Amino acid sequence: MSFHTEGPPIADQRVPAGPIETRWDRRRFSARLVNPANRRNRTVIVVGTGLAGGSAAATLGELGYRVKSFCYQDSPRRAHSIAAQGGINAAKNYRNDGDSVHRLFYDTVKGGDFRSRESNVHRLAQISVEIIDQCVAQGVPFAREYGGLLDTRSFGGAQVSRTFYARGQTGQQLLLGAYQALERQINAGRVEMHARHEMLDLVVVDGRARGIVVRDLVSGEISTHFADAVVLATGGYGNVFHLSTNAKGCNTTAIWRAHRRGALFANPCFTQIHPTCIPISGDHQSKLTLMSESLRNDGRVWVPKNPHDTRKSNDIPEAERDYFLERMYPSFGNLVPRDIASRAAKNISDEKRGVYLDFADALKRLGPLAVEERYGNLFEMYQRITGDDPYKVPMRIYPAVHYTMGGLWVDYDLRSNIPGLYVIGEANFSDHGANRLGASALMQGLADGYFVLPGVIGDYLADGPFEDLDDAHPAVADTVSEVRGRIKTLLAVDGDRTVESFHRELGRLMWDECGMERNEAGLRKALERIPELREEFWQRVKVPGSGAELNQQLEKAGRVADFFELAELMCVDALHREESCGGHFRSESQTPDGEALRDDARFSYVAAWEFTGEKPVLHKEELVFEHVQPTTRSYA
Amino acid sequence: MDTIRLYRSTIGKKAVMAVTGAVMFLYVVVHMLGNLSIFAGPGALDAYGKFLRDINVVWPTRFGLLIAVVLHFIAAYQLTAKARKARGRYEHRRPVQGSYAARTMRWGGVVIGLFVVYHLLDLTAGVLNPHGVHGEIHANVVADFQHWYVVLAYAVAVVALGFHIRHGVWSATRTLGVVTSQTIGLAVAVVICAGFLSVPFAVFTGLVS
Amino acid sequence: MKLTLRIWRQHGSSGRLVEYVMDDLSPDMSFLEALDVLNEKLILAGEEPVAFDHDCREGICGMCGVMINGVAHGPQKATTACQLHLRHFKDGDVLTVEPWRADPFPVVRDLVVDRSAFDRIIAAGGYVSVPTGSAPDAHALPVPKPDADTAFEAAACIGCGACVAACPNGSAMLFTAAKATHLGVLPQGQPERYQRARNMVAEHDALGFGGCTNTGECTSVCPKGIPLTTIARLNADLLKAHTTRSDR
Repeated sequence: MSFHTEGPPIADQRVPAGPIETRWDRRRFSARLVNPANRRNRTVIVVGTGLAGGSAAATLGELGYRVKSFCYQDSPRRAHSIAAQGGINAAKNYRNDGDSVHRLFYDTVKGGDFRSRESNVHRLAQISVEIIDQCVAQGVPFAREYGGLLDTRSFGGAQVSRTFYARGQTGQQLLLGAYQALERQINAGRVEMHARHEMLDLVVVDGRARGIVVRDLVSGEISTHFADAVVLATGGYGNVFHLSTNAKGCNTTAIWRAHRRGALFANPCFTQIHPTCIPISGDHQSKLTLMSESLRNDGRVWVPKNPHDTRKSNDIPEAERDYFLERMYPSFGNLVPRDIASRAAKNISDEKRGVYLDFADALKRLGPLAVEERYGNLFEMYQRITGDDPYKVPMRIYPAVHYTMGGLWVDYDLRSNIPGLYVIGEANFSDHGANRLGASALMQGLADGYFVLPGVIGDYLADGPFEDLDDAHPAVADTVSEVRGRIKTLLAVDGDRTVESFHRELGRLMWDECGMERNEAGLRKALERIPELREEFWQRVKVPGSGAELNQQLEKAGRVADFFELAELMCVDALHREESCGGHFRSESQTPDGEALRDDARFSYVAAWEFTGEKPVLHKEELVFEHVQPTTRSYA
Repeated sequence: MDTIRLYRSTIGKKAVMAVTGAVMFLYVVVHMLGNLSIFAGPGALDAYGKFLRDINVVWPTRFGLLIAVVLHFIAAYQLTAKARKARGRYEHRRPVQGSYAARTMRWGGVVIGLFVVYHLLDLTAGVLNPHGVHGEIHANVVADFQHWYVVLAYAVAVVALGFHIRHGVWSATRTLGVVTSQTIGLAVAVVICAGFLSVPFAVFTGLVS
Repeated sequence: MKLTLRIWRQHGSSGRLVEYVMDDLSPDMSFLEALDVLNEKLILAGEEPVAFDHDCREGICGMCGVMINGVAHGPQKATTACQLHLRHFKDGDVLTVEPWRADPFPVVRDLVVDRSAFDRIIAAGGYVSVPTGSAPDAHALPVPKPDADTAFEAAACIGCGACVAACPNGSAMLFTAAKATHLGVLPQGQPERYQRARNMVAEHDALGFGGCTNTGECTSVCPKGIPLTTIARLNADLLKAHTTRSDR
């Protein structure tokens, strides 16, 4: 039985043809502009205040647009970009180690296992250089060397040192830069900030995205906000797995609701499992904590040669340790890309035992001070959570869900197929293909927010301002009443199971059947089970309290309800893609030595899914490779 | 210079406290050194007092100190009022971890203020002094410290002053933007206390009569 | 392990402590996970769960924060409530759990407070005015490593509000000074340095925070260990702003 149908193919209409190096320039030139005096009467809604949303709202405000910014947290500074640890890539070639825009472009296309668009990735590599300049000028305290110049380090999937960092808090420092720029615009009256507001639906009028329906999380009030364009920067959906490295509040509701209103959802099954996270300690576990990939610069990953070895890590002699990444991938060693490291760890160990990440060599080679300088705060965090001291005992790590490459489909202008709806950052699918390289998420979020979106959104806004709207408009009234209806239904069930228990069960199912390794039987099983579970959710969930107050269970219930629908689409996508690529590993499609086997002849396309209410409809966007020839990804 | 706007800010008020505190501190140091002249033999303290009156520094000093005290008090009062409104009230609160000196600045200041009133009535106006003759400073001091309760009151006030100075020196320098160590404040406070306490104990134990 | 939690419950303008006995906790749980367990029980028992702010649960977003036995973020130094694990308590301990309290941080519900005052302090001047696209090459301006390190140490502030909650004066000076120091020691932040100090402190005071008396309570509970010297630095900048600079 097929779980989907296929519709006509689609294509990116806005990317210019011709030499890839000048495509972005040419697109910026061909995009229409809104003259500065007219920008005041164009309103843009930006949902989410992470690196992408924060930088976009600030930059659009600087340009003179009227911006309304929304976030569910109590302050825009808390968006989960803040948790990114390791760094941000940029093709600066400050090290003179052979880096270039073309090499970053090449590494990213290859790292994404040839499932991303060349044009987008090339633009990302070009802009990477400007991002570092911008952030340094904002006062982001990047790590520096004694000469006063910026330090860099290496990250997975690259043989050059192009990752700029601020100890283990790069995401925090970059986000604070964007947040400060945003607060400056708020102070100047150009951005209207709505914290503790959650977007619950998209308002589409006459085929255009014209606003959003939000719930004030403190008062419970439902209200509408209108604009000439809506930008979604609401991050990824890794929390569909319940346990992930995402913040507890991260959710899919904004993009899922937009999907239900017509926006195509691309490559939903492409999820990234990060190899170095702290293993689960018990059933009470509420989230997983990442240990930055940068640790693999100096830490060595190993398991006991005897899988039943019960000795403590320090008691296992050198000869009985298997440094499996160094053994299997001698040229990249511990720095292979995330998907490869994660699967290797899974194949060689399990969740309970984990694998060791050992700094004994680095401590000997560099001394404890240098190690502390580089990783001090990560070591402290590890010790706080586990009670073990990584300066003395090797860390125990295991892979965990971390990032979602999939997201709403967008064209070269980051515009979805709904006119006026833009999607930026992790919320879109655009630049990472089937696997994201470390330190590229921060790069993409800021590229989208600071440079790409502000560079082209004028092309759409030049047609505005569009007609004034109010709540009486039938399309608006319908959307609002649907939102109210959903909340009412959730509160009315009054069953006997908590939202959390459903989320946990869904997450376990997704991790088992649509996690690091997928196969047809498992996905079919999940596709049977998810609708049952969803049905049960709507019959038995218990949401206490009312809608007219701060009600955290109600917030969570709405998010989990959407995860159920998304989970099904992820499994449909994973089932239909009968190949292995990047973060999507189908056990039916592997080489004799267990590596991912891509099928370019059949699957070199972006899978963009249309919501119908029945079976989802697949639209394929063919991927064309002119500059990087798809090869078998080899890191050996 | 933008004095009014500066004073409106909490840091400006603190700066006023720091500067007026420094003025009073300097006075306290000179006062202590003057007191120590009692050890130079009978008549030395009275001569020192006469010298001060002869060079006409007494009233200008009193006037300057009065301004310092008033400003110090007003700023402290305003800051305290603001802090009282701002601070949270907890059902269960851990005692403040800072030093005893830091915690007792406000009440310590009140204790010192009350003592100063008594001290002026005692040794300046002479109305509360057992001897109480203008210009006979040595005799007044010796008459005072025959009584254990006067010594005790004096000692309590001097210790309060020591605590006040200990946190005050440290905090005031920071308020004025200079980072100093807490040891400096402590050392200064110990010296001041020792200097002031030496006189009553010397009288009480009969070393000076 | 067993813990007795006395939790502040507030819906509306007044509240009270309510006692909950939990006897099936694991020492490996985080403090917030213990609250999760409590809430699951309350929901199934038909009671209102305890509202508390949290998000990243890895000690970096600054959203969580409660007073545990009168100490902001609880007994473990340099640790947010979400990273505090129950192994730091003894079996049978009684813990009083209260929201941050300060006049500019009104309680929203239970343990949730409104910290938007912090955003307003940043909006008043906690930034470098550099519109997107106007930046010179990142290496155009070298920064001495000690300055970069000082800036980083101050920039590590997560804006959780523990400093205010702990301060006997209800002062947000450590928060304000952290940002002023972060930007004030970097060459990129120099042009606006004094104006920034003046505007941020004026906003801090206008929002109703108290003045600093250098008791150091803030830094002792700060999960990121922001040093008290940042406040001295801000004091110096503010005095200089008002005494020698004419720009407003």
